Amino acid sequence: MTDSTAQCDVLVVGGGNAALCAAITARRAGASVLILETATKDFRGGNSRHTRDIRYMHRAATEFVTHAYGEEEFWQDLLGVTGGATDERLARLTIRESETLADWMAGNGVRWQKPLRGTLHLARSNLFMLGGGKAMINAYYHIAAQSGVEIRYETEVQELEIAGSEFVSALAARNGECERIRSKAIVLAAGGFEANIPWLKEYWGEAAENFIIRGTPNNQGRMLKELLRHGVKPVGDPRGCHAVALDARAPKFDGGIVTRLDSVPFGIVVNREGKRFYDEGEDFWPKRYAIWGKLIAEQPQQIAYSIIDSKALPHFMPSVFPPVEAASIPELATALAIEPRALGAVVDEFNRSVNGGGRFNPGALDDCRTRALEPPKSHWARPIEAPPFYGYPLRAGITFTYLGVTVDERAQVIMGDERPAKNIFAAGEMMAGNILGKGYLAGFGLTIGSVFGRIAGREAARCAGF
Amino acid sequence: MTICNACRYCEGYCAVFPAMEQRRVFTKADLTYLANLCFDCRDCYYACQYAPPHEFGVNIPKLMSELRADTYREFTWPTILSGLFKHNAVAVTVITVASIILILALVLLFQGANVLFATHLGEATFYRVVPFAAMTVVPSLIALYGFAIFIISAVRFWRETGGTPLEMLDSAAFWRATKDAFGLAYMKGGGAGCNYPAESFSSTRMWCHHLVFYGFLLDFASTTIAAFYDHFLGWQAPYPYFSAPVVLGAVGGIGLMIGTVGLLYLKSQSDRTPADASMLKMDVAFLVLLFLTSFTGLVLLAFRETSAMGTLLVIHLGLVAGLFITAPYGKFAHVVYRYAALVRYAIEQRRI
Repeated sequence: MTDSTAQCDVLVVGGGNAALCAAITARRAGASVLILETATKDFRGGNSRHTRDIRYMHRAATEFVTHAYGEEEFWQDLLGVTGGATDERLARLTIRESETLADWMAGNGVRWQKPLRGTLHLARSNLFMLGGGKAMINAYYHIAAQSGVEIRYETEVQELEIAGSEFVSALAARNGECERIRSKAIVLAAGGFEANIPWLKEYWGEAAENFIIRGTPNNQGRMLKELLRHGVKPVGDPRGCHAVALDARAPKFDGGIVTRLDSVPFGIVVNREGKRFYDEGEDFWPKRYAIWGKLIAEQPQQIAYSIIDSKALPHFMPSVFPPVEAASIPELATALAIEPRALGAVVDEFNRSVNGGGRFNPGALDDCRTRALEPPKSHWARPIEAPPFYGYPLRAGITFTYLGVTVDERAQVIMGDERPAKNIFAAGEMMAGNILGKGYLAGFGLTIGSVFGRIAGREAARCAGF
Repeated sequence: MTICNACRYCEGYCAVFPAMEQRRVFTKADLTYLANLCFDCRDCYYACQYAPPHEFGVNIPKLMSELRADTYREFTWPTILSGLFKHNAVAVTVITVASIILILALVLLFQGANVLFATHLGEATFYRVVPFAAMTVVPSLIALYGFAIFIISAVRFWRETGGTPLEMLDSAAFWRATKDAFGLAYMKGGGAGCNYPAESFSSTRMWCHHLVFYGFLLDFASTTIAAFYDHFLGWQAPYPYFSAPVVLGAVGGIGLMIGTVGLLYLKSQSDRTPADASMLKMDVAFLVLLFLTSFTGLVLLAFRETSAMGTLLVIHLGLVAGLFITAPYGKFAHVVYRYAALVRYAIEQRRI
């Protein structure tokens, strides 16, 4: 190990949206800034490279958003999804500060586009980045490098040296070489621990082996663990994770958006024993997709199958993997390795119980429901009868974890004794649990990361004397 | 492209993605159409979360370039000459050099060395080296041939991509396509510029292309006006320095030179990962030839009253001949397919 004298005013650990927002802000304040990113340059940006839109407060429609979205409505939406698992002070701060994000981001090279087709439900509240999150991240890295931020890729922080509540140095590894880096202040924006399967197993047991991680394999939660080890106050349910239904054929890591599957409301979902286990038509899919990860994780071998017929095909976005196709239900069952007789029986029973009353309308809660079926299907229930039949294998896909560290309005990390750490700041997924303790609002992860990234950068620079 | 269709983050960059989303399965004809809608701005490549080294290895610009190269080969006429696309740089060089030698040989044979190396002053000096009939009839034939090939190619492309003859008369679609083409709308990448030559955004490529395109048009206008002077007014070249053909030709030539050098420089710097090697060679051959043609044209203008005029004229005419003979079998062809694809896009987007 080399005990080098590498020093800077503000050290930023992580290379995603929050880290870059912090680095750019601190650099603008005059501080010397060093970013340590674990990933290679190609895979930089953590989970931000998979994002596509950001939720922000705005008083009027613009070229890119269709209506105003004010503080109260934003707050009510957040309250709705979290069921109160939020710190109102920090949440309202995030909402208010988000109002300036559109201009700030555009000023740093991010460009917008009209809401993508198939995302009309977000056209009012969310701005879509042209080219998506990776384009945004590219813009930020460009600006950061231009303004003199030093960036080191493939550099992972192993350990934090913290004396009492004061950060002293970080031990960073690159190509097997370790270096101790000192700085006046540190911003930790290194994500959650969703890619750390052994850690997930502590809560989920062996089932975690069958989880698919939608984002970066680098979110091992090392910094989170370091802070908790040094007595920082945790926040959020350690077991909690945002888990959605994904195509089981998705890559283990970094599959991003294309492996999600939107077919569920238009058919039935069974486990490998051929049994249904939840109401597929309970509500609109964007409001329900995030409960299905957990539902699937609770099934035998953590797998389930979405079964549809040819009528359903036009009603959802095509996914990257073609469905398994068969001329009959037993053939489909065999192809998917589901018990054939069980699937045949459950489809028959489902078809019999479909109450032909409501008029099928994929754009509304149409009350096309089942009668006397357990579990029921409340909407979009149509008999599965028009061959060919299709099936998609489903697994639980983890987007992020909720466990984080407590922070105050200055993004300063709070120690176990409720006092803020002297020069330690956190942003992004590592502290999102303060505001989003449960559930999810589309595009809100980026909002928290951007707002708290900027705050952390500003405060860390101030702490370093700027 | 199934991946693109499930992702859609790039929808705002250009026409390719909205057109892609109209389809769930992609036939060969669809791919041909989409490939020719692509302006190779590469914004989607650098923005792509699935670009190599990701295991999905999405590389749309490279795929599209390869498919375009296929288009050029497949829809040309006669099919037997499609091989010229394959070894395009060699073919262009050989044909051009052969043209120069042929013209030189003819001049020496029929006019004699004295004419070639003499200093000519006064009127109609060019025709003393290359007779009027040879200098007008032969290029007209070559131009007509090229034009005919392009019409054939365009009709083949149109039919293959599912267009009806009636749609070829859609003036609104033509108007929109013309606006898009003349403004290079899709080299703007939704306002950001191209990721060209590499990762950061720039509009240099678009401006260079504008210089080449409008330079070419000016030179074309210059030639047309000269032909008009000659045939209808009886004024014979060379024209005075401040006459319309000379001014337009010189401005166009300078534009072409700056534009082609700019594009060649960008290509030399460009990232090879999103590129197709055979298309790159085709681009370079075309650009070099355009550059040499405009360069010798300007040199000819400068030295037209010296003894070098004869030689320069022969070289310039040889290059022009090479340019137009190879036009249907080289990068020039992109004009036809790109434009046809834009018309198709205009029609298709109006339907939804």
